Amino acid sequence: MSVALRTTGLGVRYRRADALRDCSLAVPAGRIAALVGPNGAGKTTLLHVAVGLLTPTSGEVSVPGRVAFMAQDKPLYDTFTVAEMLAFGRRLNRVWDQEYATARLTGLGIPLDRRTARLSGGQQAQVALTVALARRPDLLVLDEPLANLDPLARHDVMRSLMVEVAEQPLTVLISSHVVADLRDTCDWLIVLGGGRVQVSGDVDDLLAEHLALTGPAELVDTPPAGTRVVEASRTGRQARLLVRGAPVLDPRWSARPVDLEELVMAYLRSPQASALPALAAVRA
Amino acid sequence: MIEFHLDHRSGVATYLQLVHQVKQALRLGTLRPGDKLPTAREVVDALAINPNTVLKAYRELEREGLVAGRPGLGTFVQRSIGGARLADQAALRRDLDAWVRRARTAGLDRDDMETLFSMAMVDCFREDTA
Repeated sequence: MSVALRTTGLGVRYRRADALRDCSLAVPAGRIAALVGPNGAGKTTLLHVAVGLLTPTSGEVSVPGRVAFMAQDKPLYDTFTVAEMLAFGRRLNRVWDQEYATARLTGLGIPLDRRTARLSGGQQAQVALTVALARRPDLLVLDEPLANLDPLARHDVMRSLMVEVAEQPLTVLISSHVVADLRDTCDWLIVLGGGRVQVSGDVDDLLAEHLALTGPAELVDTPPAGTRVVEASRTGRQARLLVRGAPVLDPRWSARPVDLEELVMAYLRSPQASALPALAAVRA
Repeated sequence: MIEFHLDHRSGVATYLQLVHQVKQALRLGTLRPGDKLPTAREVVDALAINPNTVLKAYRELEREGLVAGRPGLGTFVQRSIGGARLADQAALRRDLDAWVRRARTAGLDRDDMETLFSMAMVDCFREDTA
């Protein structure tokens, strides 16, 4: 498997506090990876290190291909027209596909002569995305690209991004604190909690490996054999567990599959829990 | 041509939903050998899902010998699904309709019936594999 982004033992320290601690992860090429975590978990710091805007205090980061970054808050100049925004991008970047950028925006019905301040939020996101894509990156890094967009615009932006991925070899890393936005679009999941990587892996594999169990309360401290408890809670006579591991055969537990949101929440509520590939796999 | 749709409440993985919908269409005869499946780009443009999900579904269908990819041309249906002939299906459907009416008269609601049906399925297929 070729890797589009790899970090090993990454640490970033701001003044006295650790923003990131011992972050090791790999995103295989061609994936659409979600970086999720609460506000303040270190998502933006990790992205800044990945794209080279920030030098880590410890550890290493490696991105073999060309990388383009779209910062939070749609980095556009208000007084520029869309065409001027493209001209600006062209001057700033060694690799720049003007023909592609113009065609993409025209296809989306965005007038090139309009000032960016007068575009809708969705259109602004599309212009910023086009500026990033025109650099023809191998790895596209997007920091909260859907923040402040209405549901329809969120859907449109993600849909057009998915079409881009279908048409060219591209790895995408998207940060978000809204898991629902990433449900059908991301096939790789990275959960960042308190500056640590808690989960990194294939979404379908992760969902298949985890189960939500309900059973009698007295079993809360004796989870079924072959499972590891991510989160445990007790309400009245009932124990609820979210576990990782083998299928549960004990008839006292009833098991059901988990969805992406439950999985992420369970890990974020249990900062000590983690689901990471063996180190050998990360190095592969 | 098949048009895919997604059921977010089903809890079934997206690629499996696509696989099931193709199989369903093969059973019903709305997809036949030689028919072309939509390209990943077309599905992505309609559903706003990850193209890898579409490719994963098609790989699974290919593994089962139901479809085949032809480089540069697309993915085509290889064979339909045997299963019951259409006449058998109609007869079974009539039996099932009668059963649902009886269950309803007996006071069962939709959830009761679905539970009974899935229990019967589970038991039946467990006997098969045992």
